[in-house]
Amino acid sequence: MKRKGNPVTKFFVKTLGNEKHQVYTIPVFAIILSLIVGAVVIAILGKNPFSAYLNLLQGSGIAPKAKYAGGKNMLTDFSSFLSYWTPMIFAALAVAVALKAGLFNIGVSGQMLVAGFLSSITIGYSTLAAPVAKPLVVLVAMVVGAAIGCLIGWLKYRFNINEVVSSIMLNYIGEYIIAFFIYTKFVDPVSRQSKNISDMARLTLIGVEIGGYKYDIPLGIILAVLAALIIQFVFKKTTFGYELKAVGSNRKASQYAGISVGKNMILAMIISGALAGAAGASYYLGYFASIQPKVLPSTGFDSIAVALLGNSNPIGILASSFLISVIGKGSTYMSSTAGLDAEIASVITGLILLFSACGAFIREKVKRSKDRMEEMAKKERTEETDTKNVNAKETDAEESNAGKVKAKEENSKINAGKENTGVGK
Amino acid sequence: MIDKIIIDGLSFALPLFVMAIGGIYSERSGITNLALEGLQGAGAFVGALVAIFLMPRFGDNSQIPYYAAMLFAMLGGMIYAMLHAVLCVKFKADQVISGVVINILAMALTVFLTKVVNRVAFGAPSDKFVLGVSQRWTIPGLCKIPILGAIFTDLYPFELIIVVVAVIAWYVLYRTKYGLHLRACGDNPHAVDAAGIDVARVRFSAVMISGALSGLAGMCFAYSISAKYSSGIYVGYGYLSIAALIFGNWKIVPTLAACLLFGLAKSSGYQIVQAAGMPSSYSDLVMILPYVLTLLLLVFFSKHNDSPRALGEIYDKGKR
Repeated sequence: MKRKGNPVTKFFVKTLGNEKHQVYTIPVFAIILSLIVGAVVIAILGKNPFSAYLNLLQGSGIAPKAKYAGGKNMLTDFSSFLSYWTPMIFAALAVAVALKAGLFNIGVSGQMLVAGFLSSITIGYSTLAAPVAKPLVVLVAMVVGAAIGCLIGWLKYRFNINEVVSSIMLNYIGEYIIAFFIYTKFVDPVSRQSKNISDMARLTLIGVEIGGYKYDIPLGIILAVLAALIIQFVFKKTTFGYELKAVGSNRKASQYAGISVGKNMILAMIISGALAGAAGASYYLGYFASIQPKVLPSTGFDSIAVALLGNSNPIGILASSFLISVIGKGSTYMSSTAGLDAEIASVITGLILLFSACGAFIREKVKRSKDRMEEMAKKERTEETDTKNVNAKETDAEESNAGKVKAKEENSKINAGKENTGVGK
Repeated sequence: MIDKIIIDGLSFALPLFVMAIGGIYSERSGITNLALEGLQGAGAFVGALVAIFLMPRFGDNSQIPYYAAMLFAMLGGMIYAMLHAVLCVKFKADQVISGVVINILAMALTVFLTKVVNRVAFGAPSDKFVLGVSQRWTIPGLCKIPILGAIFTDLYPFELIIVVVAVIAWYVLYRTKYGLHLRACGDNPHAVDAAGIDVARVRFSAVMISGALSGLAGMCFAYSISAKYSSGIYVGYGYLSIAALIFGNWKIVPTLAACLLFGLAKSSGYQIVQAAGMPSSYSDLVMILPYVLTLLLLVFFSKHNDSPRALGEIYDKGKR
């Protein structure tokens, strides 16, 4: 246990103690902690962590690089970053929607792959004109994703098959079947990937010249941000969103309340799958134009991190996906300039995940030391009336904080209950 | 051909089985363990690391690095599993999320460290540790039995290790006091607590055991399928073993049957592709067999499954 009046504890309680703000203070705390650990690792490798982190920003077009190749500037880098960011938003939203309903969609990468593949071979290789092809690409991918999601939800509801296991099995089945078809039918003999799709169908406009610079303009980003806002609205304002969350927090209670658990679970998986499909479209038919066989997109797995970090909240996800995408996109530039392995980026992502998984623990710890400080403050106050020489300002501030804590206690208990019954099973 | 199916099938099924036993230990104690995939990779990383440093010291013919690798893979898996244990038992994190986090971190860390070690220690830009192929034994006499003789032909030494470990694991889980406590923790932790046994400690140790067994399994895969350690070790065998233990209803002997089924399905698929003279791309199609089989079997068996009653629940002393 910590000593009395430890300034470090005091600092943490002050910054993290407010329950109202914990939704974002604790993830930010987790991020800072993992960035520090990452910096230590980079320093041990004999590199400057600050310049490495700056390289991440430069690679994503957020900070200016020292020099640029012809036709490139900071904005072209940034627009290319937007193209990289788009699938991450969709994928993380897919994870979040399922999480809200108490389901863990770990198969986002498989759904992305299958949706991207079917969309590629139906629309991507066709000769349709751009205004028809582009919407169709998204539509086909979303329908395919939704179908897979529906299957997973149905298996869970009808046969009690753990969605984690079934979606992982589907991941591998999809991966191998698609590899088979790409190698036998659609392979590009040089790149050993699938043949490039037509520019008409591609969701990212490549090399658009504006003022002498060549931009890659991702059309999907508009859809992605829109999707985040719509989902936010659905969760906050509609009955459907409420029912979904109810099923997610307590399946039995929602059943007693007359909410159809099966219908909501399957619907959540359909939406989640459709979003994963959109992620696949913007990944394979946007950021890339081809599919690498036998590889599941890491975006699908990183999106789990992003969703958790963003607290499964669509707006939070916009922020967290931005951060993780910066690390992912910037890592190539960082490895070439700083001479660090690009894999350090995924290590940092992993650390962020690890620390944000400890969120509940941090919350509890902060609460405990806060309660202890509150007791101490009470004690000091009684002493104060006798001796009148204690710093009055500090105790006052703490006292008012303490008042808030008590009022919030009931609230946080309910929240804790929710978390216990949350995901999994 | 049948011989080949049995030989390959066993060498795949047994590591899967030992990992599934690890999963059973963890889940019977009440801790959902999706981290098996990461645990086997992290364990195998430690084992492979020890092996490549020992190999030049003992020469090519020595088998010491091989057994040292097995031992250290178990240790490595055990230590890495403590992370899952700390998150789930002490920090009360969501167990599913923790498992996934452990997997992602394991993959990132080991791939990164493999590169760093290769560069720093060997001055070579490589993302793998080359381990060489394991020795294989044929037991004279027994291998002459028709059909079943294949079981004793071209054995990997680790298959014998696994059989021994599995028998011990079975005995501990079903015949000792510790095993009883462990199983009780998964069904009714409050009763265990009332009997004066530390639930947290039992669960912590169970997760560590599952880490050790997973590490052993990972090392076996590294020595048998690929003859090297690389990121290729993360191909989902951890998840497959979870499917096997669910299919085996969280019991050791039925889980063995499930693992054998996966192993034989996989190896017979390969043999059929080869025998029919199909091009190698068809082996991709065959690779889906174990996964499809898992899904189908789960459809039939999941309904009657009874998972440990307190599985995935965070144990809170003050709850009742």
